[in-house]
Amino acid sequence: MTARTLFRNARLLDPATGRDGKGSLLVSEGRIAELGSDTIASGKDVRVIDCHGHCLAPGLVDMRVELREPGREHEETMETGSAAAAAGGVTTMVALPNTEPAIDDVALVEFVARRSREINGVNIRTYAAATRGFKGKEITEIGLLSSAGALAFTDATAAIADALVMRRALAYARTFDALLIQHPEEPSLASDGDMTEGETATRLGLSGITPAAEVMMIERDLRLVEITGARYHVAHVSTSEAIEAIRRAKARGLAVTCDTAPAYFALNETSVGEYRTFAKLSPPLRSEFDRREVVAGLKDGTIDAIASDHSPHPQDSKRLPFHSAEAGIIGLETLLPLALELVHNRHLTLLQALRALSLRPAEILRLPSGRLVEGAPADLVLFDLDRPSKIAVDTFRSKSKNSPFDGRPVQGRVLKTMVEGRMVFEAEG
Amino acid sequence: MTIAADHDFAHRHLLGIEGLSPDDITLLLDKSEGYVDQNRQADKKRSLLRGRTIMNVFFENSTRTRTSFEVAGKRLGGDVINMQVAASSIKKGETLIDTAMTLNAMHPDVLIVRHPESGAVHLLAQKVNCAVINAGDGSHEHPTQALLDALTIRRRRGKLQGLVVAICGDISHSRVARSNIHLLTTMGARVRVVAPRTLVPAEVERLGVEVFHDMATGLAGADIVMMLRLQTERMHGSFVPSIREYFHFFGLDQRKLAAAKPDALIMHPGPMNRGVEIDSAVADDLDRSLIRHQVEMGVAVRMACLEVLARDLGNGPPIP
Repeated sequence: MTARTLFRNARLLDPATGRDGKGSLLVSEGRIAELGSDTIASGKDVRVIDCHGHCLAPGLVDMRVELREPGREHEETMETGSAAAAAGGVTTMVALPNTEPAIDDVALVEFVARRSREINGVNIRTYAAATRGFKGKEITEIGLLSSAGALAFTDATAAIADALVMRRALAYARTFDALLIQHPEEPSLASDGDMTEGETATRLGLSGITPAAEVMMIERDLRLVEITGARYHVAHVSTSEAIEAIRRAKARGLAVTCDTAPAYFALNETSVGEYRTFAKLSPPLRSEFDRREVVAGLKDGTIDAIASDHSPHPQDSKRLPFHSAEAGIIGLETLLPLALELVHNRHLTLLQALRALSLRPAEILRLPSGRLVEGAPADLVLFDLDRPSKIAVDTFRSKSKNSPFDGRPVQGRVLKTMVEGRMVFEAEG
Repeated sequence: MTIAADHDFAHRHLLGIEGLSPDDITLLLDKSEGYVDQNRQADKKRSLLRGRTIMNVFFENSTRTRTSFEVAGKRLGGDVINMQVAASSIKKGETLIDTAMTLNAMHPDVLIVRHPESGAVHLLAQKVNCAVINAGDGSHEHPTQALLDALTIRRRRGKLQGLVVAICGDISHSRVARSNIHLLTTMGARVRVVAPRTLVPAEVERLGVEVFHDMATGLAGADIVMMLRLQTERMHGSFVPSIREYFHFFGLDQRKLAAAKPDALIMHPGPMNRGVEIDSAVADDLDRSLIRHQVEMGVAVRMACLEVLARDLGNGPPIP
């Protein structure tokens, strides 16, 4: 491996500085050493890559993935997840703690760090559980877990339902300036629900979840954030009311951020069609109105980040009647092309999209990546913005293939992915 | 597709009423009429389905519907096998699709499937190469019940178009309600649903019905009053507070029935909870209650469904 790489003839894109122009970028010792016009000299021991004018941007920081290791390695491992991430242009991914056992202990946080080093692919970081065993009763060792490297605290796909526990978790987290991430859904209203309440659910005879379950949990939490002053992040927002509540909270100056996932701006509830279990998600796919509001939230910056919400499930968990099927879809290898749809459809500028995919998640999680500046880690993605293709699930590196996007025509293809100066993915042809 | 007599049933399965055309429905009802007469004769047996294997696959307990299909299949000369799957393989962890594959390997011609989950019969139908009849899936559809209800009404009133039909009770969880709503609205009847707000699913008016929350206005001027069974597990607590309160406001008795047309007819898919959703005096009123007719029509309708789905099987290559 050469220690230095020179990307020439690139369209350099940096959401941190707003840079968008032709130039070169030199990587040395795993960091961005120099960037600027096309006059950077190459020299010996430098691998020179002609980018042919394609986009060179900070690698994506995917702040919400499930990796299934330890415990359910037949669905995904950190190694297959890392390969999928690399192919998707993701250079850092953060695992939810809902493994078996749950990541609620210092030893397990250290296990993830060790596996990440061993695999030597993309950066794999982890959150830790906010409450022991996700039971929503006793808070975890937030201080020790933070010191061990947990980036934030969350009960993953479960909401912390008890208001008193949530208040204490927020207050205690603030002691260590730790971030709490909530799955926003009032569980008693969502329990046993299959999809969003409305005409489609009624026709299919499926049990509906009112979209209000989302905003109710968020508004409660915002009161608690106001009391405690803690840092709070809402995962996968999907409804107009929730986005509006967060918009207002941000205007009041609360330390609130949120993300969404591509399914919530690329699909709506009608994707369920005739009981398509690949369209079963949690939170469920919403109405067309809500889908448009998610786009609007990304456009005005209320929604900070786009995360893949990668949730691998084997065929067996999806080839079931709708109610019994698992919720969730994979997303590492579709994150960039689906986000670029918003650019091609002129909802977002390219820099806005990249900001949501790399800079903002890095800032929220206080990571040094997500920027194209000298001294930053050389976590980079080179992609062809325009190249059309069809999403082909059977080419995915992920162990599970549960995606509703198979066959969808998209524009944008990852050409190369670099992590700390190491090339972890290069497209063929 | 022109008139019903020349109309072929162009569906491979009968998974629901939604999606059937008025011609499809008329065809099935017309064929059923013939079987009503046949079933009243001493010799009830035909050989139309001789050599055909019909499997009743019930993932949920049922005596009435299963027996009705069994009688229908046997009267057409088919071999009927009953499988009570609820008790066997599913408990061992076998998936629905595994079960479907196993059954499929036995070369049935028709599978009649009931399952507690909405959409399960659709899923199974994708995995087999025989005809599938939905005998009730979760809260979704129960098409043969709606057809037998329609046949019962048509024989009494001579038509479906323009009739005012009030469907009363647990609409949210009722597959009978959904199938009836689709059938009756397709055939031009005016459908109302009447229930407390906890038992009406969201946006049900988008299915073409009017929604009422009290019996007096909901039944006013109705030609047909269709009562639904209230599942025992929903009677206490979160959906309705008590049987007493439910019966008081939503149970059908002579007093509430007085709001309907003087000759309004009463229906119930059975089994009835007397004193919960219906008063015995109304249920047993021979002039007005069609409940026993419904059971009779059930066999005829199921014979018609088996005929259209099974009689022409085996003439073409097997469907992969």
